[in-house]
Amino acid sequence: MMEILEGSHAVAEAVRLCRPQVVAAYPITPQTHIVEALASMVADCKLDAEYICVESEFSALSACLGASAAGSRVYSATTSQGLALMFEVCFNVAGMRQPIVMTIANRALGAPLNIWNDQQDSISLRDAGWLQFYAEDNQEATDLHFIAYRVAEDHRVLLPVMVCFDGFILTHTYEPVDIPSQEAIDAFLPPYKPVNILDAKNPMSLGMYATPDYYMEFRYEIDQAQKRAKEVFAEVGAEFAKQFGRDYSGLVEGYRLEDADMAFIAMGSICGTVREAIDEMRAEGKKVGLLKIRSFRPFPSEEIRAALSGVSKVAVLDKNISLGQKGAVALEVRDALYGSEIDVKGYILALGGRDVRQADIKAIAGLLEKGEGDQFFGLRTEVL
Amino acid sequence: MTEECELFECGHRACGGCGPALAARLILKATGENTIVVASTGCMEVFSTPYPETAWKVPWIHSLFENAAAVASGIEASLKKQERDEHVVCICGDGATFDIGMLCISGAFERGHDITYICYDNEAYMNTGIQRSGATPYDADTTTSPAGKCSTGNPRPKKDLPAILAAHGATYVATASIAYPNDLIKKVQRAVSTHGPNYIQVHAPCATGWGFDGSQTIAVGRLAIETGLWVNYEMMNGEVERVRKVAHRKPVDDYLSVQKRFRHLYRPGRNEDEIAKIQAIADANAKKFGIDLNVVKEE
Ligand SMILES: Cc1ncc(C[n+]2csc(CCOP(=O)(O)OP(=O)(O)O)c2C)c(N)n1
Ligand code: SF4
Ligand SMILES: [Mg+2]
Repeated sequence: MMEILEGSHAVAEAVRLCRPQVVAAYPITPQTHIVEALASMVADCKLDAEYICVESEFSALSACLGASAAGSRVYSATTSQGLALMFEVCFNVAGMRQPIVMTIANRALGAPLNIWNDQQDSISLRDAGWLQFYAEDNQEATDLHFIAYRVAEDHRVLLPVMVCFDGFILTHTYEPVDIPSQEAIDAFLPPYKPVNILDAKNPMSLGMYATPDYYMEFRYEIDQAQKRAKEVFAEVGAEFAKQFGRDYSGLVEGYRLEDADMAFIAMGSICGTVREAIDEMRAEGKKVGLLKIRSFRPFPSEEIRAALSGVSKVAVLDKNISLGQKGAVALEVRDALYGSEIDVKGYILALGGRDVRQADIKAIAGLLEKGEGDQFFGLRTEVL
Repeated sequence: MTEECELFECGHRACGGCGPALAARLILKATGENTIVVASTGCMEVFSTPYPETAWKVPWIHSLFENAAAVASGIEASLKKQERDEHVVCICGDGATFDIGMLCISGAFERGHDITYICYDNEAYMNTGIQRSGATPYDADTTTSPAGKCSTGNPRPKKDLPAILAAHGATYVATASIAYPNDLIKKVQRAVSTHGPNYIQVHAPCATGWGFDGSQTIAVGRLAIETGLWVNYEMMNGEVERVRKVAHRKPVDDYLSVQKRFRHLYRPGRNEDEIAKIQAIADANAKKFGIDLNVVKEE
């Protein structure tokens, strides 16, 4: 049913429809509205879950790990400092192959303290073994949760997923969102069938320690599962499209790329701004397009190569920076396009919530044309 | 003890005479097989689960050094949702319990999960090479509280964790020792049959870390009780219920002098001041818990 909902509430509705049995989360701006909504649903018997009111994000994800290992579908949500506090547990959850789904309401990391949006938090955990999906709008944020559980729990994958959507820009914005019915989601997402669980009738040791004789193989297996997740994502996305009419089967999604000479690459809500700027530039006769990255992990290198085969210049918009190096997305795109003639330039922008408008996107197109890039964009030089 | 099916198997890699290994065996005897064990990083985890071998015949999970209580919270919630009835029992080292895991433990106890948290207390971080913890006793020589020209070892007394967890509203709190196996078993049985959260702190001498021969583990454990440096007691809803009495309390020297971690107190000569302070700790314990059977009541 179409409803006008705040992004956080749309996501909370999606989570409810996924029927998690255990929810453990700790409040942090701008994620709070999600966990408050879920707490209300539990209080009103609209969500039949154990809601563990933990004392920290570190315990939130640890409790999720325990509940998942005992055989339950679990859910958490966090952002920024909370995600940073979970760092150690994140690696553990992936290493123990627990298909936990966690929403990230993307926010900057301190210092300085900043509650506004960029994507430094989840990007900084790109190596943890989690799948990472980024939503452009609240409909996509909603739908990616259904897909996330399906992909995570698929026995070919068995990895946790972060569904990332931009803090405030999406979490606190009201948009019309189609919330599927419970019957429809039940048909799409069957109950969780775990593989190895803690069960006194079939005792098993989980989380043992591995010597150099075994450790590498565990890491290899996770990497393989990440790679298998690509086809599972495409499969599940196609199934979702068939049932719900919205297609997320691509790890990447192109916009007006067909005859494009220049392309933008971006993740998350900024893609909406880029689309509009592209329409304006197209009207001015510029052959520009957009390639949106929906799945940052697994990273869609082949898909990016295929999608950009016709372009000669690429501008990568990074809402993060590996300080002392470049933006994470630009680095990986450059790796994906290695050996091609395509000129890839990175632009660090929108950190800590700095606004980006269509005019900015057009200005970046101008820089790219001149061959200027690999730089911060939109700095207030007067305060430096 | 008679030969019977053990839920904690032999063939693990603990040192000879390892108190914590004995604790694990006794704890599982008490819990029975309808139990899920949550472990912390440390000696016990390492010596019992080198992949692909495990000594645990009950379901067992290890995540991190400091999150066992939170993992257990999640397991308990999941079992509740599934209407399953396994006991959820954390078995964790003193470092994991007294120090780095305090946040998770405090949260789990305040929330009132039905779990039993057992600390096997070998009074230091043994797995990483005998560094001090908040459970290390006063004056013990460890690699991070070394005795030296201007140090007599660990400068602080042991943290009173049972009191801290009782103050959290723990249902059942007890201390026990591997040197008194039947008492330990009874306490663990009482804990798992009582709606939690419950806490048991088990004195578990470590031959390697404390510096005594592996054949003396039980003897050292007994001396801790007989000198009053360790007191076995039970608390229900915050009230001390039962205390193990001592007929003729021995001087602390009997306990200290058999362990290398206190050797510096006897070299070159007996350190009268420091040993008097340790004796005062034992005397205070005795008074607080009324363990002395042969005290002459002063009027
Ligand atoms: C976050 C973190 N910090 C430090 C360590 C290193 N470490 C592993 S086990 C351990 C000490 C364990 O001490 P305790 O809990 O007393 O168990 P024991 O080894 O004595 O049985 C330490 C410091 C770790 N694994 N994780
Ligand atoms: S160091 Fe101590 S606790 Fe660790 S295995 Fe050896 S005796 Fe046991
Ligand atoms: Mg220890």
